[in-house]
Amino acid sequence: MTAKPDRRTTLRRRGRLTRRELLAGAAGAIGAAVAPVSGQQAVETTRRPGRGPSEIDRRSSFVTPRRDPSATSSRTPLQDLRGTITPADLHFERHHGGVPEIDPARYELLIHGLVERPRVFSLADLKRFPSTSRICFLECSGNLRRGGPETLPQMVCGLTSQTEWTGVMLSTLFDEVGASPHATWFLAEGQDAAVLTRSIPMDKAFDDAMIVYAQNGDALMPGNGYPARLLLPGFEGNSSVKWLRRIELADRPFMTREETSKYTDPLGDGDTMRQFSFVMDARSIITDPSYPRVIEPGWHEIRGLAWSGRGRITRVDISTDGGTSWHAADLQAPVLPKAHVRFRYLWNWTGGPGEIMSRATDETGYVQPTWDALREARGPRTRYHQNPITSWTVGDDGHVLFGAERLQS
Amino acid sequence: MIGTGAGVKGRTITVATITIAVMGLSVADGRSAAAGQQRASSGPLPETFGFGRPATADAIADLDIDVMPDGTGLPPGSGTAADGAPTWGRACRGCHGPEGEGGTAAPVVGRDPSGRPLTVGNLWPYATTLYDYINRAMPRPTPGTLTPDQVYSLVAWILAKNQIIAEDAVMNAETLPAVVMPARDRFVPDDRRGGPEVR
Repeated sequence: MTAKPDRRTTLRRRGRLTRRELLAGAAGAIGAAVAPVSGQQAVETTRRPGRGPSEIDRRSSFVTPRRDPSATSSRTPLQDLRGTITPADLHFERHHGGVPEIDPARYELLIHGLVERPRVFSLADLKRFPSTSRICFLECSGNLRRGGPETLPQMVCGLTSQTEWTGVMLSTLFDEVGASPHATWFLAEGQDAAVLTRSIPMDKAFDDAMIVYAQNGDALMPGNGYPARLLLPGFEGNSSVKWLRRIELADRPFMTREETSKYTDPLGDGDTMRQFSFVMDARSIITDPSYPRVIEPGWHEIRGLAWSGRGRITRVDISTDGGTSWHAADLQAPVLPKAHVRFRYLWNWTGGPGEIMSRATDETGYVQPTWDALREARGPRTRYHQNPITSWTVGDDGHVLFGAERLQS
Repeated sequence: MIGTGAGVKGRTITVATITIAVMGLSVADGRSAAAGQQRASSGPLPETFGFGRPATADAIADLDIDVMPDGTGLPPGSGTAADGAPTWGRACRGCHGPEGEGGTAAPVVGRDPSGRPLTVGNLWPYATTLYDYINRAMPRPTPGTLTPDQVYSLVAWILAKNQIIAEDAVMNAETLPAVVMPARDRFVPDDRRGGPEVR
């Protein structure tokens, strides 16, 4: 317990009257609008009541993070976020037939195929089952843009976001319908105009798959599958089918368009296509400092995100000399499996050109590769699951630019 | 907090969770990669909860539109490339081009030893997937409006343009699964497993 502060001290601390105002106030203007003075902490908000309670809060008018939309997706502004949970309205979106508007009263999920008891579940039914919450990332497997030097983190890899999801374990529902031991795959189908379908191995259903109806505690946003979606932690985002309307269990994959001509990866000279490449490999990106910042010499905390679809991130290394030397960054606890983790590294920039980069390692021992190593392993046509080390260059003038040339070969 | 096992035909999932104060971390058995994020309820599980309602055969048939490589799911109906030409002209050419060469949407016609571009002839391993995809998602502005005969005939038109079937070949539930696609053997399973090797 602390002693009650002196009332006069409290008033001074609250800035009821500053010394400068007392001097300026000799003109008798106190009580009228106080003109903002550059370089001086504003006090006008202490002179009139603020707005009252409201039904829903909004961001400050000075804070305007925005997704970056294209024809088929919109990208999370990674550079504007400080933690690991993505605000629901800034979660990336990628869809193949637009965002449907689904009346929850008419929503149903059918589970059939190799089951003893095919059943239909309403949204209320899904919510009655034992619930669980999980924090994990989602990432589109097409999450790399190789732009020029003037590229934001959002544009480099903004097709990843993180959420606390709440719903029912898929294994609970598969118990309910009596999943056959002969079932090896299940089809997940959406209720959008693409009626998007993916085949998923049954092992995932009995590992950590969920059907979720809440995003950061609230109902799912429409762009994230309202009223219910599949959630496959660590898998490429496309397989976590949104607006889920039907699941069919089978003894083989269905070979849908999204797992044959799309979301498959050319290897070597392109004769061979890698199929059912679900898991997102470990990756990281420095979100600050990044383009378009201009930094001053002195101390800077290099900050960013790292994640792996195979489990926990075990370390993130930082280089400030273009990859010549590497140093371990601090990881913000708790480090969750298949989740974004914040890393931080203090850097004293003494001026002169530099290049900062991050490299993630996960619990399997996988180390985030360079662009050249990825191309060496897969060939020049690889187009999905690209997770190369990326960098930011710092010019003599402190201008921070994307290290585009590292992705040029 | 100790969870309980749930018997599932031939599978038993046992989840034991130990909650650690503050961080809420918990551990689960090796089966559950989502350690600590499994079911949080306690108490015995029922054999079934009884939620939802039984799905009737009609309810299943209404939604069960998928088509598998062996032809499972293909409906009655048929069509040839000639039958499909008018439908292509009306519903497809605006985006995919008069000859399927591509436009605002991807090319669907093309055979090239290099495997590019990513056309039906170069990349699609199963002809049945064409039926499934056109039926569920095409044409983009009005998906789900084509009749089975129209879909079969469009599939025939695309396959014939790719020189995979004869111009006069009839596509139906028997002939379509028998079509062998040029890209059939191009696909290999994912061989990435984590660990130090980059794949």
